[in-house]
Amino acid sequence: MAEMVTVRLKVNGVAHEGRCEPRKLLVDFLREDLELTGTHIGCEHGICGACTILFNGEAARSCIMLAVQADGSEILTVEGLMQNGTLHPLQEAFREHHGLQCGFCTPGMLMTALDFLKTNPSPTEAEVREGISAVLCRCTGYQGIVNAVRAAARTLGGAAKVESGT
Amino acid sequence: MSAPAAPKLVGARVPRLEDPRLLTGQGRYVDDHRPARTLHAAFLRTPHAHARILRIDAEAARALPGVAAVLTGEDMARDCKPVRAGSRMPAYKVTSFPALAQGKVRYTGEAVAMVAAESRYLAEDALDCIVVEYEPLPAVAAMEAALAPGAPVLHEEAGDNLLLAREFACGDVDGALAGAHLVVRERFRFHRHTAVCMENRGALAEYASATGTLTLRSSAQCPGIVRDVLADLLDIPEHLIRVVAADVGGGFGAKASLYPEEIAVCVMARRLGRPVKWIGDRREDLLATSHAWDEIVEAELGVAADGTIVGLRAEVMADVGAYSIYPWTAAIEPVQTISFLPGPYRIEHYRGRTRGIATCKAPMGPYRGVGRPPAVFVMEGLLDRAARRLGMDPTALRLRNFIRAEDFPYKSPSGIVWDRSSFTETMLRAREALGWEAARAEAARSRAAGRWVGVGVASYVELTGIGSAIAVSPGMPVPTGTEAATIRVDPAGTVTAVFGIASHGQGLETTLAQVVADELGVPIETVRVLHGDTALSPYGTGTYASRSTVLAGGAGILAGRDVREKTLRIAAHLLEAHPADLVVQDGRVAVRGLPDRYVTVRDVAKAAYGGVRHLPRGMEPGLEATRFYDPYYGTASNATHMAVVEVDRETFHVRILRYLVAEDCGRIINPLVVDGQVHGGVAQGVGAALLEEIVYDGEGQLLTGTLMDYLVPTASEVPAMEVHHVETPSPTTLGGFRGMGEGGTIGAPAVIANAVSDALAELGIEVNELPLSPERLFRRIVGGS
Ligand code: FES
Ligand code: FES
Repeated sequence: MAEMVTVRLKVNGVAHEGRCEPRKLLVDFLREDLELTGTHIGCEHGICGACTILFNGEAARSCIMLAVQADGSEILTVEGLMQNGTLHPLQEAFREHHGLQCGFCTPGMLMTALDFLKTNPSPTEAEVREGISAVLCRCTGYQGIVNAVRAAARTLGGAAKVESGT
Repeated sequence: MSAPAAPKLVGARVPRLEDPRLLTGQGRYVDDHRPARTLHAAFLRTPHAHARILRIDAEAARALPGVAAVLTGEDMARDCKPVRAGSRMPAYKVTSFPALAQGKVRYTGEAVAMVAAESRYLAEDALDCIVVEYEPLPAVAAMEAALAPGAPVLHEEAGDNLLLAREFACGDVDGALAGAHLVVRERFRFHRHTAVCMENRGALAEYASATGTLTLRSSAQCPGIVRDVLADLLDIPEHLIRVVAADVGGGFGAKASLYPEEIAVCVMARRLGRPVKWIGDRREDLLATSHAWDEIVEAELGVAADGTIVGLRAEVMADVGAYSIYPWTAAIEPVQTISFLPGPYRIEHYRGRTRGIATCKAPMGPYRGVGRPPAVFVMEGLLDRAARRLGMDPTALRLRNFIRAEDFPYKSPSGIVWDRSSFTETMLRAREALGWEAARAEAARSRAAGRWVGVGVASYVELTGIGSAIAVSPGMPVPTGTEAATIRVDPAGTVTAVFGIASHGQGLETTLAQVVADELGVPIETVRVLHGDTALSPYGTGTYASRSTVLAGGAGILAGRDVREKTLRIAAHLLEAHPADLVVQDGRVAVRGLPDRYVTVRDVAKAAYGGVRHLPRGMEPGLEATRFYDPYYGTASNATHMAVVEVDRETFHVRILRYLVAEDCGRIINPLVVDGQVHGGVAQGVGAALLEEIVYDGEGQLLTGTLMDYLVPTASEVPAMEVHHVETPSPTTLGGFRGMGEGGTIGAPAVIANAVSDALAELGIEVNELPLSPERLFRRIVGGS
């Protein structure tokens, strides 16, 4: 059996230590070793975005990273969004605007949208579409997601931007 | 018996009950289950399109540390029968579909061996150590060549590659076309597609040898169908098999069939006495999940000078891939195309012929719309060609030919009976909402200014909620016409409603809870819907063919009525009133006009389980009911789609400037969910029309094996959509519901094709091939002129 390496990292504010093979993907480490199955795998080749997490504060695809690369990092997954039993405003907006159907893309979509809204707190519709185009959703036709992200932007305090042509 | 209070939840935008768990990462998809001692499976997939297997040497793989077992086709054959998808259809040949290839492989990606190991990593390591010796055979790569004399034959038992043929004929089409004022003809090509559910397929089997029970968790749409067939294939009594499809990450028809991997994990788990899990990766999904819609249709439409249709004739060839899929068979796609080709139009003279042809490709199976995306592309394309030649407005031509209010019920030339639908109404609604005339005038101005802008229209009708009168796929032996519901009120007055259907994104936990809560007169918070588990539910097959709202909704209404009736009788006993004087609402049963004289549903439930001394004389204790529903013929949904598009003169990309749907799915349970289904369906249709295509080369090698090659639309390619509802309750179903899971995908390819043809009308180009990749358009426009 291959040598094992130790990975220490913080996930959703909690410190974890695990031992795994150096070749283990970060997403598999999160799902199998830490039993955080909210992060999903849709392609394992970096296209679908289902596996998106926040890695040291930025959206990243956990299927094209190794667990060892995450040693010493801070990670936020979908499990870390709810605070004190209350849905995050972005999660609320997804529910309100029907931004999910089967829910499989949803964790990656939420993490991507969260990152996007940090850099663009009051986006236009076109900007939202561009921003979430890193994640594939096969169910919603994106309309509910776009509406949800725009609504969340408003709740999260972004001032409405004057839209031209959208 | 008292009527239920006015519906309060049906029709309301109720936020979905499934959302909190799915939004917080607490969904439970197959891969999220990790029983102790689980082994992980991986499949060795052949690189050959067509080859004889001479030898498999798995010794080195078996010797690897962490590997529990390696199975080949021969091992598999000892433990289970091959799948044989049967049909009573006369010109259909039954062929075998083994769980692992036996003797030869018939498409690239077919599984030849299976490894079970302590991790998926180790299982994949072991795949590298398996040596397979093949004798390559010539590939059958294209359906046209597959029928040529001397072509290599995929299934020796079939004799040739023609797996099925069928014809629908009505009237004298040859005479009608000969006498027509105008006949338009075209050869249409709809290329191969696949569903790409974001959750890849997966299966987890557990076998308990002491009890002989098998539990399969699968990303399946049809747990009931899978349970029944596994019993036969594995020779295990049905009641000892439990199939669970809990959270499933999209299905769209592609997860409605039985797959080899589902059988294989069961065999492995039974052999080893340990849980065995297989989770497909995207490469396996593109290689080995069912494909769809790959058809060549040669069609002719004859019209009179005033645009009245006089006849329709079509020849369909479908590339059904290497195997006939269970339970639908290879016939489902090609036969649906000729069944539905006449669409919502009055057509007296019709002949549709179809052939399903085996090639070295992944099997063809159902995918959203089944046969109708190509059928509507063809029919609507022909209508536009006729309108153009006659100088008629395309909407006027359709309005002239729609089946009219006075024609219902209307028997179509392929034998389908349409109940009262709103073909004309949805067209008028769409025209008004788009501003059809203005949009056309503006597009004409844009074209005059040198832009390629066009406006398109397409209408269709889809058969939904099919009852027992006809099988969902021709001649198939599985009963698809019924569903059941068990509604159980527990002593605390809360409600569990169990259904045999399975939800995989449609929100059925919410919509069925709305139906049940209204029927019982209780708050929705007190209703929990369970589904997708054969051990919990009464007999049912699953979710496919836009049936679950109609069939499960109907069963829920029937069972709800029974429970409500008993609730009222018990309440009447407790209140010393007459049942007919009672109303049940918000969890209370009150005497009409005396709202203070009431008992709660909880009081009633307590009495129901308290024994006979709390109950009216002669009443049996308990408060639950199981009812089955068969809508017999089923019903129909219809819609008109309109789109405004622009073809970029530099890049040949098609941009959708506006997209509009006017649809009628009958009585709406939850507008949020209905809109979501339309949006999602249209997005898949947009992908089908512009981006997505499964491509094999001439040797049968798959060229689109990643999501960089098979292009699923992102939010940037899918347009904002306007959805308008015409709500005509179905006269033939309980609740007036019409199914509506597929429609968006049926209308979108046709309307985009028609809009692009309109944009390019001055160039004399009419779209006859989808998807319209920039390259394809470039060749048509530049290469062709
Ligand atoms: S699973 Fe990571 S991008 Fe698809
Ligand atoms: S909700 Fe199913 S893939 Fe997005």
